[in-house]
Amino acid sequence: MELNATTIPLLFFVFILAMSLGIELIKKVPSQLHTPLMSGSNAISGITIVGALIASGRQGSGITVTVLATLAVIFAVINVVGGYLVTDRMLEMFKSRDKKGGKQ
Amino acid sequence: MSPELIRGLCYIVASIFFVLGLKMLSSPLTARKGNLVSAIGMLIAVVTTLTAMTEVKWVWVLVGVGLGSAIGVSAARLVRMTAMPEMVGLFNGFGGLASLLVGWSEFHWKWAATGEFELFTIIAIFLTILIGGVTFSGSLVAFGKLSGTITGRPVLYKGQNIVKAVILITILVLGIFFCAQKPDQLNAGGTTDAYFLLIGTVVLAFVLGVLSTIPIGGADMPVVICLLNSYSGLAVCAAGFVFGNNVLIVSGSLVGASGIILTNIMCKAMNRSLANVLFSGFGAAASSKGRSYQGQARPVSAEDAYLILEAARNVVFVPGYGMAAAQAQHVVRELGELLDENGAEVKYCIHPVAGRMPGHMNVLLAEANVPYELLVEPQDVNPTMEMVDVAVVIGANDVVNPAARDDKSSPLWGMPIIEVDRARICIVLKRSLNPGFAGVDNPLFFKENTRMLFGDAKASVGSLVSEFKQ
Repeated sequence: MELNATTIPLLFFVFILAMSLGIELIKKVPSQLHTPLMSGSNAISGITIVGALIASGRQGSGITVTVLATLAVIFAVINVVGGYLVTDRMLEMFKSRDKKGGKQ
Repeated sequence: MSPELIRGLCYIVASIFFVLGLKMLSSPLTARKGNLVSAIGMLIAVVTTLTAMTEVKWVWVLVGVGLGSAIGVSAARLVRMTAMPEMVGLFNGFGGLASLLVGWSEFHWKWAATGEFELFTIIAIFLTILIGGVTFSGSLVAFGKLSGTITGRPVLYKGQNIVKAVILITILVLGIFFCAQKPDQLNAGGTTDAYFLLIGTVVLAFVLGVLSTIPIGGADMPVVICLLNSYSGLAVCAAGFVFGNNVLIVSGSLVGASGIILTNIMCKAMNRSLANVLFSGFGAAASSKGRSYQGQARPVSAEDAYLILEAARNVVFVPGYGMAAAQAQHVVRELGELLDENGAEVKYCIHPVAGRMPGHMNVLLAEANVPYELLVEPQDVNPTMEMVDVAVVIGANDVVNPAARDDKSSPLWGMPIIEVDRARICIVLKRSLNPGFAGVDNPLFFKENTRMLFGDAKASVGSLVSEFKQ
């Protein structure tokens, strides 16, 4: 997005709204799911991969940018892949009494 | 429709998926699907970004994604559930590092390719690098403390707040110079200065991250982990402002908000302010330990404890970090099932700050196959504590310390506790009479209705289980 006097306030607008929405959403998460919430939101913070990809594709950039951006991609992907998988592993274990009765 | 419009819409869809995913986390029934929805949102965002790029260096992208996935998959598969807090801390640090590298890369590109910085962009780059750096080094220290590589005790030194203040001011001054660089300066041989400022920022951010985490004790780790989680989100937000990219800003805000809320919940559960957690090095200062308690503790053998439990109709387990350290969650579940078969009503009461991260005990008990309906919070149990025949405290200490309720001079004063001392009988499983992490004496151990079952939690619960089976 071109950054100018019109778009910059819009970005802040999005920031404030998303922050408020986040606060409302997270308030409803019960304490027993707080660990999966942390690792799940951690995975979301791996969205910085979008920035890493854009940075890696900058035209006319030299090897320094390529190396920095590739490293950024690696760490962001660890965060995304590892974060979602580990969250799934945890949530898989949360079972209700009925389901367990059937299993045993 | 122009491709740009379609991409914009795709980013909105990705954001909606993140929001829906978080919303589905509000119940254990939908949480797993919610995680999947969120992951799909991530995939949409990544694919959209790739299509938007005029030049994709595929080899590098594939190397990055391949290597990152391999590490991420193996780490996620191999980690033990008891090691989850340090794992989450480490991943968090990687997120911060990724944001830092993105900011650095953008800086270098703009500097080398155009020599031009918009003031807004350079401020955003500075913040991305700063917050990302603090997140990274802070998370590494947290990882070290949680995994036991670094001492879990608060590391304090004289004048630490002055040192921190000096570093903060230096960063501020550096930031002003960094952001006020003029493009023509850069072109006229001022380039090395620009890089000097950048490296200085990275180094100082790392130092700040370490110094803010190192004085914090192990029992306060839940707060720090939440706070660092929130920082990693804010670093992503800052990166979003660098690129003017909405999906980064939205997701970064969601993560930031999540961290802030959790931090707040943790602080409330300890009745302490965030400033107190961050600056006081709780548990290290010998000055205010409150009253000290002496008396006769009443030790019991596993056999006697079994007789008490065998007669009980209503049992509440209160797990703490000691259960995680002893890996006792599986035997605890076994004992719970035996009590249930014996006709007792069994509940597991979990304090919000029990363990080393929010929800730590819940995950361990879920791993041991305890149905989540049986996991309750202090406010569910406290009002009817008199009806509880036996409260079994497994490796928890400060969260059941009655001094928090009765002794105004106690450093724990005001902290909401699980009032196990009001149960008919309270059995405390503990290695010794040593105080807990906060270093505060616990009068619970000397109460008339308290029985101490000394020993390793896993071994003690194991012997109770075998008593039941005989």
